[in-house]
Amino acid sequence: MSKKDGTDEFEPFILGIFCNWCTYTGADQAGTSRMQRPANLRIMRVMCSGRVESRFIIEALKRGADGVLIGACHIGDCHYVSGNHKTVRRMPLIKEFVKQYGFNPKRVRLEHISASEGAELTEISKEFVKELKEIGPNPRNKK
Amino acid sequence: MTESNPKTISKSINPKKEDVRIGLYICNCGINIAGVLQMDDMIEFGKTLPNVTLCKQYKFYCSDNGQAEIAKDIKDGLVNRVVVAACSPRMHEPTFRRVLKENGLNPFYFAQANIREHATWVNMYDHEGAQRIAKDHIRMQVAKVRKLKALETIKVKVKPSTLIIGAGIAGMNSALDLADQGFEVFLVERELTIGGHMAQLDKTFPTMDCSSCILTPKMVDVSRNPNIHIMAYSEVEQVDGYVGNFEVKIKHKAHYVDQNKCTGCGACIDSCPVICGNSFDLNMSSRKAIYIPFPQAVPGQFTIDIDHCIKCGNCALPNICEPGAIIYDEEDHYSTIKVGTIIVSTGYDQIDPTNLKNYGYGVYENVITGLEMERNLSSTGPNLGKPVCPSNGKPPHSIAWLQCVGSRDNREGYHPYCSRVCCMYAIKQARQYKEKHPEAECYIFYMDIRAFGKGYEEFYESSSHNFGIKYMRGRLAEIYQNPDKTLLIRGEDTFLSRPIALTVDLVVLSTGVEARTDAAHVASMLGIQQSSDGFFMEAHPKLRPIDSLTAGIFMAGVAQGPKDIPDAVSQAKGAASGAAILMAKGEVEVDPYYAVVQPNLCSGCRSCINLCPYSAISFDDNQNVAYINPIMCHGCGTCVASCPSNAIYQNHFTGDQLMIMITDVLGGIN
Repeated sequence: MSKKDGTDEFEPFILGIFCNWCTYTGADQAGTSRMQRPANLRIMRVMCSGRVESRFIIEALKRGADGVLIGACHIGDCHYVSGNHKTVRRMPLIKEFVKQYGFNPKRVRLEHISASEGAELTEISKEFVKELKEIGPNPRNKK
Repeated sequence: MTESNPKTISKSINPKKEDVRIGLYICNCGINIAGVLQMDDMIEFGKTLPNVTLCKQYKFYCSDNGQAEIAKDIKDGLVNRVVVAACSPRMHEPTFRRVLKENGLNPFYFAQANIREHATWVNMYDHEGAQRIAKDHIRMQVAKVRKLKALETIKVKVKPSTLIIGAGIAGMNSALDLADQGFEVFLVERELTIGGHMAQLDKTFPTMDCSSCILTPKMVDVSRNPNIHIMAYSEVEQVDGYVGNFEVKIKHKAHYVDQNKCTGCGACIDSCPVICGNSFDLNMSSRKAIYIPFPQAVPGQFTIDIDHCIKCGNCALPNICEPGAIIYDEEDHYSTIKVGTIIVSTGYDQIDPTNLKNYGYGVYENVITGLEMERNLSSTGPNLGKPVCPSNGKPPHSIAWLQCVGSRDNREGYHPYCSRVCCMYAIKQARQYKEKHPEAECYIFYMDIRAFGKGYEEFYESSSHNFGIKYMRGRLAEIYQNPDKTLLIRGEDTFLSRPIALTVDLVVLSTGVEARTDAAHVASMLGIQQSSDGFFMEAHPKLRPIDSLTAGIFMAGVAQGPKDIPDAVSQAKGAASGAAILMAKGEVEVDPYYAVVQPNLCSGCRSCINLCPYSAISFDDNQNVAYINPIMCHGCGTCVASCPSNAIYQNHFTGDQLMIMITDVLGGIN
C-alpha cells in the first residue's frame, strides 16, 4: 500500500468510524481550527457509535486497513442516551473476533472524543499512527 | 462471517444493473481546497470511479452559480445521483439536498465527501497526503451514493409552546417575544425571582442607566403576560422527546409558604428571630430566614430558608400571617409539561478568585470582586449606594481595579477566553465612584482595554479625559496587606517598563464569567454539546450561533458564551425567532433515518427491545416479530448493529451502504 518511495517506513491506513454528534463534529472542529495531523485517517460517519457492527471492523482489517478508530461521545453525553455504552460493551467481543482472525487487537481502538475535542482527536491520531508504525503493516495487505 | 475476496468488489457494485449516473462535483472552496490539492489530478481520478458519468470542478459549489450547474446537469438528465466533494456535510448537506429536490430528484440520492475539514485543512502542508485522503473520502461517498435509496422525510407536528430555562434578561426577552406572538411559554427559574444577574447590577454601561429601572418593568411585563407561566424556584429534572414534542419534568422546590395564600405583606419578617447572610447581596448584608430576595422580586411571595429556619413558629401565628400561608412540612413537587421548542438561557457563574493566592481574595478584607463592588455601589445594596471599605466601613480614597482576573489566564482552573464585560464594568464602576468622589484616586490595571461595543470607546475615552481615571498597563503581580488594612499592590507598568508599588484602600478584582458549574449536567440532560470553554455549543459559529446541534433547542445569553446585556438581548430575540419559526410552521421535517425490521428475517429473539433507549421497539405476538415505531425511533442504529439475524436496517445507513464504503476504499488503496 501507500509506501513512500525510498523509505522503509510505511504510512498506515486508518479507517475512522465516527458518530455524527461528537467525534465527527470534533473532527470538523479540528479542521476549522487547522490542527495538523498526519495524513492517515479516513473518516466515515454514522449517526451513533452504537451503529458500528463488528463485521465492519473485521472486513476493514481483512481488506488491509492497518487500524480502525471508532469515535464515540463521552459516557453520559451520548446524543441517543446510551448508544456509546453499547459500543463499550461490544468492544471486548470485537477485540476477541479480531484476535481470532489473526490480527493484533491493538489495531482497533475506541475513543471518546467530544464535539469540542479536535485537539484530542489530533493527539490520538498522531499516537495511533505511531503505534501502528511500531506494530507494522497489516499482514493481509500484500500486493 | 465468510471469507471475502477483495477482487470481487467490482462485481457487487451494481447487481441489478440499475441506471446509476453519478455526478461528482469537486469544489475548490476558493483556495481552501484547490490551494492544497492538484485539482486536475482529482478530476482525472474522479472520472475513473464506477458509475461516475461526469466529474467537474468549480470555485464555490455552494454559490448560486455552483448550485445552478448541478441543477442543470440533473435537469438535462445527465446525472441521477450527486456527490459533492467539499466542506463538511454538517455545513452544506441541506443546501445540496434542496438542489436535488427542486430539480425532481429524491434529496437522499446525495452524498457529500468532506475533503476540507477532514483533509485539506488538517494536512495543509502535506499536499500529497491530503490528496490521498481526499481521494479516499470521495471513493467512499461515490460508493455509498450508488447504494442509496430514495426516502421520504417524516413530518412532525410542533406544539405551539416553549420551555425557557433561566429567567435572566435573555430568558425574559425570549419569553416576551414568544408570548406576544401568541405562543405559550413556560419560564423556569431556579432562584426565587426572575431577573437574573442583571437585578444585582447598579448601573449599565455605557449609558449609565439604572439597571433595575430598565429591568423591573420587564419583570412586571413578564408576570402580567397571560401566555407566560413563571415557574420560579423550580428546576428542569428530565427532558424526553424530540423537536416539536418535548416532554419535560420539572421539580418545584418547596417554599414552605403557600404561594397562593401569601400576599407578600411582609408582616412575617419582623417576627422571625433568625438572621442569616443575604445571598442576593453576596452575603455582604443580612436577612431573615423568611424572605423575598429583594423588594421588586417577581413573584413577590415569601419563602422560608429551611436550612436556617429554627421552626419557632412565630411567623405562623395567626396574628402575624393572617392568610395562614405558612406550611413547615411542605415538600418538593413535580409537574410534567409538553412543549414544542426549548430555549436555554441559564446564564453564568462569576469566576471565584480564591485560588489566585497572590491577590489574597478571601484573606484580605479589602479585596473584593466586581460583583461585590456592584452591590457596594448599588443604592439598594448593603451600603445604600455609598461604597465603603469592608475593613472600616469608611469610603475608600483610592481604589484599584485589576482586569482579566480568571480570564485570559492559561493557568489550571482559569480561562483562556476574554469575558467581554469586565473592562467595561470596571470603567463604569470607576466612573460611578468618581462622579460622587471627584477627589478619589481610581486606577485600572489592564492588559488591553476592550471597548468594542456601540458607544463603548467613547465611554472609555471620556472616563479618562473627563473623570481622571488612571489607566496603567500591566497585570499586577501581588497584593499585600498593610497593618492598617490598606493594600500594597505591586506589578509592572509595561508602557514605562518600570516596577510599580502603590498603596490603595480598596482593590476590586474584575472577575470574569464562566459556565455554570452544572452546565455539563444540563447539556447531557438536553442532549446538547459544550464548547471547550464549557459554554453551550452553537451549531455553527457564524451562521447558526443561536441553534444547538439538537433540533428544536436554542440558546440565548451568556449560557452560549460571554456577552454583555445588549448582545444577550439580541441573541434572546434571535432564539425566540428561531423557536417561533418552527412553531408558526406547525410542523418540521425530520430526516427519515429510522430503523426498520424486516419481518421475514426477524427470528423473534427480542434482543433489540431492551437496547432501545426510546422504547420504540415493540413485539408483535401474532407474527412473532419485532416492530419499530418510526416516529419514536431517533435513528441511532444500535439495534441494527446488534440484530443477530441481520433483520433490521437503518435508512440511509444500511449495512450495505456502510460496508461498500469500507470495501471500496480498501479495494482502492493498492
